[in-house]
Amino acid sequence: MPKWFTLAAGVCALMFAVAPILIARAPYEAEMGLVQKIFYYHLPSAITFLVAAIVCGVASVRYLFGGSARQDRLAWAAAELVVLFGLITLVTGPLWARKSWGVWWQWDVRLTASLMGWMVAVAYLLVRKYGGPGSDKLGAGLALFGMANVPFIYISVNYWRTIHPSTTVVPTLPVSMGVPLWFSLASFILLFVVLLRMRVHLEEQRARVDQLYLSVDGN
Amino acid sequence: MFARTAWLVARKDLTVEVRSLEIAWTTLFFAVTVVLAFALALVREGQPPEDGAAGILWIAVTFAGTLALGRTFERERQSETLRALLLAPAARPAIYIGKLVGIVGLLFGVELVLVPLIALLFQEPMFAHPVWLAAILVTGTTGFAAVGTLFAAMLVRARSRDVLLPILLYPIIFPVIIAGVRGTATLLQPELELDLVRFWLLLLVTFDVVFITLALWTFEPLMTD
Repeated sequence: MPKWFTLAAGVCALMFAVAPILIARAPYEAEMGLVQKIFYYHLPSAITFLVAAIVCGVASVRYLFGGSARQDRLAWAAAELVVLFGLITLVTGPLWARKSWGVWWQWDVRLTASLMGWMVAVAYLLVRKYGGPGSDKLGAGLALFGMANVPFIYISVNYWRTIHPSTTVVPTLPVSMGVPLWFSLASFILLFVVLLRMRVHLEEQRARVDQLYLSVDGN
Repeated sequence: MFARTAWLVARKDLTVEVRSLEIAWTTLFFAVTVVLAFALALVREGQPPEDGAAGILWIAVTFAGTLALGRTFERERQSETLRALLLAPAARPAIYIGKLVGIVGLLFGVELVLVPLIALLFQEPMFAHPVWLAAILVTGTTGFAAVGTLFAAMLVRARSRDVLLPILLYPIIFPVIIAGVRGTATLLQPELELDLVRFWLLLLVTFDVVFITLALWTFEPLMTD
């Protein structure tokens, strides 16, 4: 593990300890009340979900076209985090929607695109786990097609009405709400980096063990 | 040379298929079963559900297509011919195109039976705009098969390939299903909104172009061990 890892993990733990205090102190939103606090988890996890998906996609494409096993390990680790942060997004979203729109789920473009992106990541993990030999290439191909798919999902679902608030809301937030939001976002991104590094490290160790076994067998 | 290789692969598949008709009959029968299952579940007292026919048509095509994709490559695997095909001094993308043409041809045959059947069971005017319907079916089926052929080929060596094919394929082809269903449903409306049909058709064509290009580009690295 690199030297920065322990420091980053410590800072991350501290940030997650401080975040609830900041969120609790933030003012109540007039219309949504307590439910609005979900926002401090929902948006950061959604952004982290997106970042993880991009990392997975880019690493997969690089692996597919002559990349090293390192890229593959990175893609796998990122895919697991896509599923994790996607799950947080998809659970906190409906909680918010119930209060804001009166329904748990809507086939809105952002919701549908997120759900399908999340499903591609779940499919990726299933392939990696149960695909047997050659599943690394399979997963990389799936990730590539999943990335190419995003604009199509977006356009096709956009033809039905969109009710999800747009991202232009965020810069207009008052400072008292903005500070906890950005703090939460930084915490989530840092958590992502820490988990990603840890997961890649685990795979590296696994590869080393495999190599050691092979060298013992060879003798 | 490229077109010739693709044509030879497609012709080989069709010849094998015509001799036994195994995939054609089983796929067709399965597709009809799916439509009947929906008819039994949804038609109440002779009244079909509103707007249901388009969705059922595309679900039947998707399910039957998945079955056909699995079987086509299973045949190659059983007789160990895929390796021979890949060893042949032919461009890999041409092999992909050949396989794609075979699958699309088979699915068109299935659709020829499904469309009248759905028109009959769900009392929908499926033949009101035959040219537009054909265009949507052709582009939609091609999009589905473009992704499906690549994934089925990739999965030939995987352990649980039968289970993994739909798991990999469906999340990717959701936009094709949405565009196909919406496009077909628009055609079944009493008044035809041509702008809307054109929009869905254009989306399907773009999808086909992007995904066939991607498949041609990745077939080579994906099929090498």
